[in-house]
Amino acid sequence: MPDFETDSNLVQDYKYGFVTDIEQETLPKGLNEDIVRAISAKKEEPEWMCEWRLKAYRRWLKMKEPTWAYLDYPQIDYQDIHYYAAPKVQDPDAEMDPELAATFEKLGIPLNEREALAGVAMDVVFDSVSVGTTHQEMLEEQGIIFCSISEAIKKHPELVKQYLGTVVPPGDNFFAALNSAVFTDGSFCFIPKGVRCPVELSTYFRINAADTGQFERTLIICEDEAYCSYLEGCTAPSRDTNQLHAAVVEIVALNNAEVKYSTVQNWYAGDAEGKGGIYNFVTKRGHCRGVNSKISWTQVEVGAAITWKYPSCVLEGDGSSGEFYSVAFTNNKMQADTGTKMIHVGKNTTSTIVSKGISAGESANNYRGLVQVMEGATGARNHSACDSLLIGRDCSANTFPYIESDDSGAVIAHEATTSTISEEQLFYLKSRGISEEDAASMVVRGFCKDVFKQLPLEFSVEAVKLLEIKLEGSIG
Amino acid sequence: MADLEIINLHASIGDKEILKGVNLEVNKGEVHALMGPNGSGKSTLSSVIMGHPDYEVTEGDIRYMGESVLEMDPEERAVAGMFLCFQYPVAIPGVSISSFLKKAMDARHPEGKAPAAPFLKEMRENMAYLEMDPAFANRGLNEGFSGGEKKRMEILQMMMYKPGMAIMDETDSGLDIDALRIVSKGVNKLKGPDLGLLIITHYERILTYIHPDHLHILMDGRVVMSGGPELVKQLEDKGYDWVRDQAAATV
Repeated sequence: MPDFETDSNLVQDYKYGFVTDIEQETLPKGLNEDIVRAISAKKEEPEWMCEWRLKAYRRWLKMKEPTWAYLDYPQIDYQDIHYYAAPKVQDPDAEMDPELAATFEKLGIPLNEREALAGVAMDVVFDSVSVGTTHQEMLEEQGIIFCSISEAIKKHPELVKQYLGTVVPPGDNFFAALNSAVFTDGSFCFIPKGVRCPVELSTYFRINAADTGQFERTLIICEDEAYCSYLEGCTAPSRDTNQLHAAVVEIVALNNAEVKYSTVQNWYAGDAEGKGGIYNFVTKRGHCRGVNSKISWTQVEVGAAITWKYPSCVLEGDGSSGEFYSVAFTNNKMQADTGTKMIHVGKNTTSTIVSKGISAGESANNYRGLVQVMEGATGARNHSACDSLLIGRDCSANTFPYIESDDSGAVIAHEATTSTISEEQLFYLKSRGISEEDAASMVVRGFCKDVFKQLPLEFSVEAVKLLEIKLEGSIG
Repeated sequence: MADLEIINLHASIGDKEILKGVNLEVNKGEVHALMGPNGSGKSTLSSVIMGHPDYEVTEGDIRYMGESVLEMDPEERAVAGMFLCFQYPVAIPGVSISSFLKKAMDARHPEGKAPAAPFLKEMRENMAYLEMDPAFANRGLNEGFSGGEKKRMEILQMMMYKPGMAIMDETDSGLDIDALRIVSKGVNKLKGPDLGLLIITHYERILTYIHPDHLHILMDGRVVMSGGPELVKQLEDKGYDWVRDQAAATV
C-alpha cells in the first residue's frame, strides 16, 4: 500500500475561515420564552407567529436530543448559545454596510444587482438575518416570490400560514422543534401554477458571530405544473469552539410540479485535532403532494465537524418520485451520519438513492437510509446504491439501510460497495504521467460522477474544485 | 550506450527474487521481442521498468537516455518518454477517456496545459485509425471494456503520448484475430526512428504482424538467449526445452 497520510495543513486551506469585524446586535445567551418572544419582536412578526414559536419551544422542552446516530460529541449546552445575532443597521435605506459587502465579495458572492450572476437569483443570510436578495423584480413579473422567510411572514402571511410546518411539524424531532422556536432566517420560494422559474434560486448562508447558533428555515412551494431549481451554499469562520447550525427545510410539490434542491455544504469542519467546527443538525423534507410530482435532493457535504442530516421525500401523490444524490466527504475527525428517507404512500411512486461516502483521516462516514412502502402504495419502486470509498487506514464507513414494506408487490433494490483507491489504479494513472495527487482526485471524481452530474453546471464545476481542495494533502 | 539499458537487474517482491540479473539493450528505431515460458519474470520486468511500487530493485540499474530511472516515480518516467502497454489495464469508473487523456497530455505539455482543440482533433483521428467509435471517448476508462477494447485503448494512448520507448506486456493475449490486426496496425504506424519497442509475448502470433529485429528469451529471471528474427522460427519448431538445453550447455 502507498503510504497515505493525513496532512494537518488541510484545514488551513479553508479559505472562508475569516471573521468580519462588524457591529453586531445580539440577544443575550440562553433560551427561554422571553428570548423566543424577543426574536419574534426583532423580526416584527405578527402575534400568531410568536405563538407558533412558543408552542414549539414548549414542545422542545419535553423532548430529548436523539442519540441513535453514529456520532460522538460532547453534550451541547443550549443555554450557552446566542440565538440571535445581526449586523447593526444604521439606516435602513442606506447601501449595504461596506464591511458586509466586502465579506461577500471575498466569498465570491456579488450582491448588488449590477454584478449579480446572470442565471442565479440569490438570497444571502448573515448569521440571523437576510442581508439581500437579487433579481427580485424580474421574478415578481412572473409571479414568483423569492425573499427571506422573515419578509414572507410580513408580506405573505396567508401563504406562510398555509404551508409552514406542514412538511416538518414543529414536534417532528428535537432539532426541528428547536428550530421552530428560534428560527431566524432562510428563504421563501413560491412558484405559482404553471410557471417554470427561469433562474436558479440560491441562498448563501454565512455564520460570522461567535458563540451563535444559526437556525435557518426555508420553505419552497411549487404549485401545479411549476418548476424550480434551488441551491444553497454555506461557510463559517474557523473558530476553536463549536457552533450549532440547526436548519429546517420544507418543500411542497403539487400536481406535476418539480423541485430540484441542491446543497454545497462547506461549513468550517474544525482543525486536524477535531477542535472547533460547526455542528450541523438539519431536517430537510419534501412532500410530493400532487400527482406525478417530483422532488430531487442533491447534496455535496464537505464541511462541518458533525453532520446529522437526512433529506427525505414523502411520496403521497400517485406517480410521484423522489431522488436523493449525495456526496459526503469527511476528513480528520469529522463525523457524518447522513442519508435519506423515502416514504412511499401513493400508487406507482418511485424513488432513487445514490450515496457516495468518502472518508479520509480518522473520520467516520455513515449512510443511514429508510425506504418505507405503506399499505396501499401499490407499484412502488426503489433503487438504492450506496458506495463508500476509504482513503487511508484510520477512517471508517458504515451503511445502515432500513427497508420497511407493507406492500408485497414493491420492488426494492439495494446495492452497497466499499472500496479503497487501489494501488493498481494509482500505478496505472501515474504510469501515464499523472501525479499521485491528481490520480487520486481523478479516482474520487469518477466515484462521485453520478452525483455531480445532477448539479447545475456551474455549481458542478465548483463542487469538483471544492472536493479537490479538500482532498489535497489527504493523499500522498 | 543504448537508449534503454537494463543492467544486471535484480528485483524482488517481498522475499521472493524474481529477476535475477537481466541484461538487455534497446535503441530507438529497434523492435525487440522478449519471450519466455510462464513464470519466467516477463511481466515483472515490465512492471519494474515502469516503477511499480510492489517490486524492489535489489541490484543493477535501469537507464533511459543515459540516466538511471530507479529513483524516478512512474509519472516522471512516463513524462521522460517511457510507456508501458498494460496486459490488464485497470478500470477507473466514472472518469471519461477524453478527460483522462487530456490530463495525461497536460502532464506532458511544457506549460502544463495541452491546448484543447488540437488535442481533440488528434484524439479523434487516432481513434478513427484504430476503428474506434467516436462515442467511446465519453465512456468511463476501461469500464466494462472487452479485452480488445482495452488493448485498443492502450494503443490509442501510445499514439497520443508518442513515447521514445514502449514496453508492450502481452498485448496480444486474449485478442481475437481482428483486434490483433487493429492493434498491430497501430503499432506499425508508430514504428520508426524515434521509438524503441520491447514486445513481451507468450506467442509468436503477434510477431507475424510486428516484425522484430531482435529476439530475447527470458527464463528464470535471466535473458538466456538472444538472436535475430530466425530465432522465432527455431523456437516455434523446437520449444522452450531446446532453449533450456542450449542455455545449460553455454553456462
